[in-house]
Amino acid sequence: MASHSAVLSVSRFMSPFWGGHLGNTVKVFGTTLTSHRTKVTLTRENIPPPAKYGGRHTVTLIPGDGIGPELLNHVREVFRFSCVPVDFEVVHVNSALETDDDMNNAITAIRRNGVALKGNIETKHTLPPSVKSRNNVLRTSLDLFANVMHCQSLPGVQTRHKNIDIMIIRENTEGEYSSLEHESVSGVVECLKIITRNNSLRIADYAFRLAREQGRQRVTAVHKANIMKLGDGLFLQCCREVASGYPDITFDSMIVDNTTMQLVSKPQQFDVMVMPNLYGNVVSNVCAGLVGGPGLVPGANYGQVYAVFETATRNTGKSIADRNIANPTAMLLASCMMLDHLKLNGYASLIRNAVLTTMNETRLHTADLGGQGTTSEVVQSVMRVIQSKGQLISEL
Amino acid sequence: MVFPPPARYGGRHIVTLIPGDGIGPELADHVQKLFRFCCVPVDFEVVTVDSTMASEDDISNAIVAVRRNGVALKGNIDTNHNLPPSHKSRNNLLRTRLDLYANVVHCQSVPGVRTRHRNVDIMIIRENTEGEYSSLEHENIPGVVECLKIITRKKSLRIADYAFRTAREKGRRRVTAVHKANIIKLGDGLFLECCKEVASGYPEISFDTMIVDNTTMQLVSRPQQFDVMIMPNLYGNVVSNVCTGLVGGPGLVPGANYAEDYAVFEMGTRNTGKSIANCNTANPTAMLLASCLLLDHLKLHAYASMIRGAVLSTITDTQLHTADLGGKGSTSDVVQSIMSAIQSTGPHTLGAYNKHIL
Repeated sequence: MASHSAVLSVSRFMSPFWGGHLGNTVKVFGTTLTSHRTKVTLTRENIPPPAKYGGRHTVTLIPGDGIGPELLNHVREVFRFSCVPVDFEVVHVNSALETDDDMNNAITAIRRNGVALKGNIETKHTLPPSVKSRNNVLRTSLDLFANVMHCQSLPGVQTRHKNIDIMIIRENTEGEYSSLEHESVSGVVECLKIITRNNSLRIADYAFRLAREQGRQRVTAVHKANIMKLGDGLFLQCCREVASGYPDITFDSMIVDNTTMQLVSKPQQFDVMVMPNLYGNVVSNVCAGLVGGPGLVPGANYGQVYAVFETATRNTGKSIADRNIANPTAMLLASCMMLDHLKLNGYASLIRNAVLTTMNETRLHTADLGGQGTTSEVVQSVMRVIQSKGQLISEL
Repeated sequence: MVFPPPARYGGRHIVTLIPGDGIGPELADHVQKLFRFCCVPVDFEVVTVDSTMASEDDISNAIVAVRRNGVALKGNIDTNHNLPPSHKSRNNLLRTRLDLYANVVHCQSVPGVRTRHRNVDIMIIRENTEGEYSSLEHENIPGVVECLKIITRKKSLRIADYAFRTAREKGRRRVTAVHKANIIKLGDGLFLECCKEVASGYPEISFDTMIVDNTTMQLVSRPQQFDVMIMPNLYGNVVSNVCTGLVGGPGLVPGANYAEDYAVFEMGTRNTGKSIANCNTANPTAMLLASCLLLDHLKLHAYASMIRGAVLSTITDTQLHTADLGGKGSTSDVVQSIMSAIQSTGPHTLGAYNKHIL
């Protein structure tokens, strides 16, 4: 299965430049993909729990920069305290280096373990443009094609809008993030935004399957097809094709500018949203802002075989690093999503309930929510709630 | 910036009027009525553009008319999805052929409209001719589409220069460039570089940058921190729509497109409003404020302030809010109220004609 993913990524990057040359090859890969897809229906349930020995899972941990290391330390603390059968394999990535060795090590570790939890890796602007964003390289190498973010209003957090429940599914590997740019004429830069039929069908399929699994009623495709007729037009067409196979789910489409305007006035109208990469970035940040900020929402990146969990808005948080004021909620909820993925649902609910209890009932809020709590206080409170449930914990 | 007042004969200006589709024609009608009522020395040359036709004759005529008169007021022209992709967006054609490089949307909280955020005052300056809207797409291999986003040094310098000059003229303190240069390193990197170069020539204005995703998140939590924002085309589209939503919706904000020699005024978020066309429920405020911007551009400041004052005083009367603001008022009621407000302030109006025309 891993080889298929590698082959897909090669064909995707090669095809625009090789024109008809690789045309036949692309078609062969295309048929391989479709037959592969029909053979194995890869919903999240069918992926075998990876790297499990003696009942314990091994998960790759990439601390990243900024607030990543301290938050992931807290995650490990909570896991140790709750006796979660997960061991972390820590892989550091130095964002100041120009070589790709660190990143390759990290990617190999994730291929080995199948699941990862990561902080955001900084993209240093002082390095030359040939040094691509590390996070992006990770997503494309592992073909983590779906970024799923679930924004829900939390009762304990005061926001201007209430009752928001939006699931955002964003294409994670192509679109504007292809990192294909060139300066043919000095002073004129062309950036390529790539939209392919394969990837659009794949993400639309994922979106509708997920909507059906979660019992959602409506999927909205966000696009700008009035201007980018071929590109977003292809994306819309693929969504419509897939939608015809799910008659129980309503499908509609909305232009991105109207979408963002509707989001700030009436976000309750949205249910599930599917969109290409850049619009996904903007829309997910708007939704995160609506439900209370970047410290609250976890995000997940799914591929055919791999899954990587992180905070939804991928902030490095350099300005608040190591000051014990970052909000650990997003990272803790991301770790719960990871536990669900590993089918350790009992532990996932335990930790998730503890986090939500701290947020909603104890109302222990960090600075980003307007409170006075520190990160460690919040984590302590979470652990106290877990302890009070009476389950096995390690003595600290 | 000194534009010569164009097409001025006998003290009267001629302005091209493109009604467009959806709510455009009825709102353009109201503008004409209001101008006649207030005796504004502006004559409108109406040029209709049929969006269902594939030929470019209509839009070429419109462009020639705008070149002739120098100034235009337009509604949004529908982009028909049933026509092939070679049929470009008419609004886009107008902007690129006239080189209307700067789109300015000024979002301000209006006292009479209740919104979740108060004291929002953001000026958004958006590059209007290149970026993602170059309409350059191709499909080399079936199933793989490449869209080109073009960023050029010349245009980035030009828009940055416009932004800083405008900020200086209006006494603004801070300009924020919105970008995604961590991913689109060359493209948005070039844009940022140009902004920094221009910023160095305006030491009294503080310049900073923000990535577009963080910007949109900050906008929905704390929009008061922003002053002037400058950005490429697509981010400008999204950010201006977010800000418009924050101050009360698409019916309230006017927009202006400026070139070296031309100026075209329209609603800030360029909505066609097909679903509410001809129902007498559209909010005329945005179009009327756009016409005030037009009058300011023609240096007819007295008329501009008069109409603007009347529009804003009508908005504070919540009884007259249209459906988009949560009220039950109709478009004609609002326009009537504006006219009465103008009449009561005393200047010369077509008092006797009232009962016949309206």
